[in-house]
Amino acid sequence: MDAALIIETVIKAVLVLAVVAGLAGFATYVERKILAFMQRRLGPMNVGPHGILQLAADGIKLFTKEDLVPQNAVAPIFKIAPVIAPVCAFTAMAAVPFFPEFTVFGYKVTPIISDINIGILFVLGVASAGMYAPLLAGMSSSNKWALIGAARTVIALLSFEVVSGLALLAPIMMIGSLSLIDINDYQVGGVGSWLIWSQPVAFILFMIAGFAETNRTPFDLIEYEAEIISGYATDYSGMRWGLFFIGEYANMITVSLLVSLVFLGGYNPLWIIPGGIMILLKVSFFIFLFLWVRAAWPHIRPDQLMWLCWKVLMPLALINILITGIVLI
Amino acid sequence: MSLEQFKRRDALPGYIFYEAEKKPQNGWESFKRVLKRTFKGELFVGLWIVFREMIKRGNSHTLSYPQEKLAIGPRYRAIHKLLRLLESGNERCIGCGLCEKICIAKCIRMDTRIDENSRKEVSQYTINFGRCIFCGFCAEVCPELAIVHSGEYENASEQRAHYALKEDMLTPLDEFKANKQKEFKGFGALSDNADSFVKKTPLAY
Repeated sequence: MDAALIIETVIKAVLVLAVVAGLAGFATYVERKILAFMQRRLGPMNVGPHGILQLAADGIKLFTKEDLVPQNAVAPIFKIAPVIAPVCAFTAMAAVPFFPEFTVFGYKVTPIISDINIGILFVLGVASAGMYAPLLAGMSSSNKWALIGAARTVIALLSFEVVSGLALLAPIMMIGSLSLIDINDYQVGGVGSWLIWSQPVAFILFMIAGFAETNRTPFDLIEYEAEIISGYATDYSGMRWGLFFIGEYANMITVSLLVSLVFLGGYNPLWIIPGGIMILLKVSFFIFLFLWVRAAWPHIRPDQLMWLCWKVLMPLALINILITGIVLI
Repeated sequence: MSLEQFKRRDALPGYIFYEAEKKPQNGWESFKRVLKRTFKGELFVGLWIVFREMIKRGNSHTLSYPQEKLAIGPRYRAIHKLLRLLESGNERCIGCGLCEKICIAKCIRMDTRIDENSRKEVSQYTINFGRCIFCGFCAEVCPELAIVHSGEYENASEQRAHYALKEDMLTPLDEFKANKQKEFKGFGALSDNADSFVKKTPLAY
């Protein structure tokens, strides 16, 4: 392995970490503002113009808050659990291409940390491993709400995982590769070649599974306030809680990137819009969709989630795979 | 209305009954319900409604409170004020003690004395705002419209006694001279020609 590759990879990794962590923080501000406008409020207004510095105020608050470990908690696990969330969320991004290739001073840059040939499998696997964070946090907290939250984490994982995997199988059968760059290149021929037209069912199923994976509103049962206070995060405060938060928003960005890459043509240029702008637009739209759905829709019970995933979505995904297989043959 | 009618608690004509969705009786019906709910698109109606509210301009109901304040109605019952007579600037309160008598929270206390002109004067007047329930009886019973409720509702203070003494509630003389004493505008307020009725009570008959 030559030194240039190592340096390049380190720079890319640091860039992804810094930019995505910053974006995750900024997304909290955007979420508050959009939710506020949708609910006919103003949102944060007082810190900076239109509350734009609320982000800094929140950061100061989170960093300076007392770090509490409850008396009966299993301290080592309680302390490690919040780290798992952002670590898994950022690790998942290692196999995700962000932009098309470009050249800087004659040096060809591929904006992906590692183009492994099982990219999408890696992303899904690591993102699911991120579910250990709420699970361990809830079980080590010695708090009944946290414990229920942890139990619901397992329920959510058991439900959405089968759907997201089976939903992605059909497009992968068509493409014949698990690398996200290959998936992107498959849809190079403009809007007509986007996989959403040939795999609409898989798109909807994967979107639903993505909402469940990121614990966003229709499926936010693991930290639903009205039922279990804050779920697994009930006992957390300060930056440990903030780590969960960064992990959640980084996961949202990952899922948005995955959907854009697999179903909506990824970073292929469209007409006069360059590919880099296209993927930014798509990811922004999906982030907006996450917030939009949160403002509009009620959430469902754990048993409804299991019912939905196992009795409705999984058979649909299997039928989708079957039909795709018949058409391909 | 007769007593019998009055006691009827069942739904009277005029109620609109809402036909709830029928529960599915068998598997086929519940399957049909799932299909109907899936493709009806009600969720997208919800999405459209919140989006419509978001893109409307000036749609916010939030009042940015310290900068903007709600207009208080003239009959709003907040912290009390003691008013002065319109021209002379003397206190309106004649020390009759009716407010102290009627106060159901027993929070008003007043002391009176005979002053140098051998007229009755209110020397002490306090309201314990920790006990006051802002019922408005004192303002209603006052024959001289001397004690009224003001719109001063921002009564956060370091001390319980703030606002409660006579000098806090009485319109300051300089403010009065600058014509800043606001007259009470609602039912029972002074008429426009109230000044012409003012005269000193004769001391001897």
